[in-house]
Amino acid sequence: MKILVCISHVPDTTSKINFTDEDSSFDTNGVQFIINPNDEFGLTRAIWMQQQQGAEVTVVTVGDNSCESTLRKCLAIGANKALRIDLKPSDGFEVAQELANICKKENYDIIIAGRESIDYNGAMVPGMLAALLDYNFITNCIELTVDGDDAKASREIDGGIETVSCKLPIVIGAQKGLVEEKDLIIPNMRGIMQARQKPLEVVQAIKGTIRSSIIKFEKPSPKGAVKLVSADDIDQLIDLLHNEAKVI
Amino acid sequence: MAIVIYAESENGKIKKIAFELASYGRALADKMGIPLIAVTFNQEENDLLGSHGVEKVIKISDESLNDFNAKQYAKNIATVAKDNQAKMVVLSASANAKYLAPILAVGLSAGYASNVVALPESFHPLRVKRSCFTNKAFNISNLDNEVNIIGLSSNSYGIKEDPKSLEVIEKDSVPVNSTLKVEKVEKVTGKVTIAEADIVVSGGRGLKGPENWHLIEDLADTLGAATACSKPVSDMGWRPHGEHVGQTGKPVASNLYIAVGVSGAIQHLAGINSSKVKVVINNDPEAPFFKAADYGIVGDAFEVVPNLINKLKAFKEQ
Ligand SMILES: Cc1cc2nc3c(=O)[nH]c(=O)nc-3n(C[C@H](O)[C@H](O)[C@H](O)COP(=O)(O)OP(=O)(O)OC[C@H]3O[C@@H](n4cnc5c(N)ncnc54)[C@H](O)[C@@H]3O)c2cc1C
Ligand SMILES: Nc1ncnc2c1ncn2[C@@H]1O[C@H](COP(=O)(O)O)[C@@H](O)[C@H]1O
Repeated sequence: MKILVCISHVPDTTSKINFTDEDSSFDTNGVQFIINPNDEFGLTRAIWMQQQQGAEVTVVTVGDNSCESTLRKCLAIGANKALRIDLKPSDGFEVAQELANICKKENYDIIIAGRESIDYNGAMVPGMLAALLDYNFITNCIELTVDGDDAKASREIDGGIETVSCKLPIVIGAQKGLVEEKDLIIPNMRGIMQARQKPLEVVQAIKGTIRSSIIKFEKPSPKGAVKLVSADDIDQLIDLLHNEAKVI
Repeated sequence: MAIVIYAESENGKIKKIAFELASYGRALADKMGIPLIAVTFNQEENDLLGSHGVEKVIKISDESLNDFNAKQYAKNIATVAKDNQAKMVVLSASANAKYLAPILAVGLSAGYASNVVALPESFHPLRVKRSCFTNKAFNISNLDNEVNIIGLSSNSYGIKEDPKSLEVIEKDSVPVNSTLKVEKVEKVTGKVTIAEADIVVSGGRGLKGPENWHLIEDLADTLGAATACSKPVSDMGWRPHGEHVGQTGKPVASNLYIAVGVSGAIQHLAGINSSKVKVVINNDPEAPFFKAADYGIVGDAFEVVPNLINKLKAFKEQ
């Protein structure tokens, strides 16, 4: 069984978001980068399938060489090998085309991506990849079992849970629940040492079509100070919500 | 040429978010001088779309559409879009719409902008404002394609009535090849979902334990709101995963968000920032949430919330 986990290299969740070059690009100054949290849940699930079902786990990112530290971390967590497709992508569709190109050559049985990235929040790449490959696609996935070429999965829907089944190959949009927070693997010294020996291959990009481009970033306008209401005067809160905010 | 929206329905009723899409689609149609078409699946009663600016409903009914299948739904929307030479397709931010949107984008060779928060700034090229970095910022994107898909953020445009004379056309479903089968759907019925709620009431670790959640549920019931929670609360199993909101959970874009015993960590705030009005109840005046809130009460949740429920009930009866 061959698994590909798609890794997005994103600013740490506590990062202050700032922009440079007249607000046309993200300011990486002083920002720490991490594995996109949804991808990390997916990677952990893949490592379990490696340990229990002998799967081979490859991680891939489409990005410049600044992403390699994140790929090394994935190797230290337990992935067998890493690929970096050498391209600074402009949009989700461009990423999906690069990934589809690799997948067509390598015929992975399971491709795991995150439900969405926490930087662009596009929720685009996994679905576009599945459509380009004409593979089954299950997003918001919170449970996955694979037996032979049968997959069973649960996914979160608005207000509930849906259970589905299908044949491999499959693209998964992972999120919390696929594994729990406490299950995430923290690399140990041995893992970090081993990661240095594992292959990290740089692949040339095919440079497909770009269908959207960001021309500018904006920050939300600063908000006013909180209006505090005394705990003894709940009527005032209700009055404010009704007459001022007009939300009840 | 046309603007096409996918009007979602559930249990025989058009969902509220579809009316926001219709209102937004109407504005696009007027600006571009082309008609507004809605696609519905297995939906008999479509009149209300006509009161919100839709001129034509393409009603597709088929047993195979009873279960949601993203590929099949996308294929059918794509067919309608192609038949009518759609310039833009507008989708909601529901879990299902976000599921099918990227598949539709590939099927139509269309550009796709998710998380769009306003009407386009220009049409040639199409220029839209989208939220990114989990609501910590926005970006302005250019989409220079023959056809573009807009994923509209909930509650970003609002619902506007605009009665039109409505034509309903029936169309057969286009089948797809798919081994994907829905085995089971478990849904909490009669509960407002976070995605659709006008008001969300959320509880954090300050509530001490799952046995105290009746406070959150009672407050939510009183307001007709959905319930939500912080990440540690769902990690500890006090509440189901589906209620976890924030940067790594569900996004909240309600009109009112009430946070009880939630500290207001940056990852929590990121997910709820696009709610319009935020109220905080916390016994620590230094809790970071007060900096992000519109209204706040410094006080013990176990006293304030029961009191608030009683007063709200009295207010509702007025
Ligand atoms: C990678 C990453 C991703 C994360 N993603 C998310 C996310 O998506 N969503 C999320 O919520 N968190 C997320 N977190 C966790 C986040 O950093 C905080 O730890 C979490 O939000 C805190 O939850 P809390 O406010 O419920 O608990 P606490 O921080 O413990 O706060 C409890 C609050 O309750 C108040 N309180 C106590 N007793 C009472 C009382 N009797 N009455 C009133 N108030 C009381 C306290 O003053 C305190 O402010 C993430 C963290 C990381 C590292
Ligand atoms: N540059 C990238 N390289 C590899 N995978 C990516 C990249 N960008 C996004 N992905 C994957 O696609 C998922 C969804 O990303 P997005 O469509 O940006 O929300 C992420 O969680 C990753 O798994």
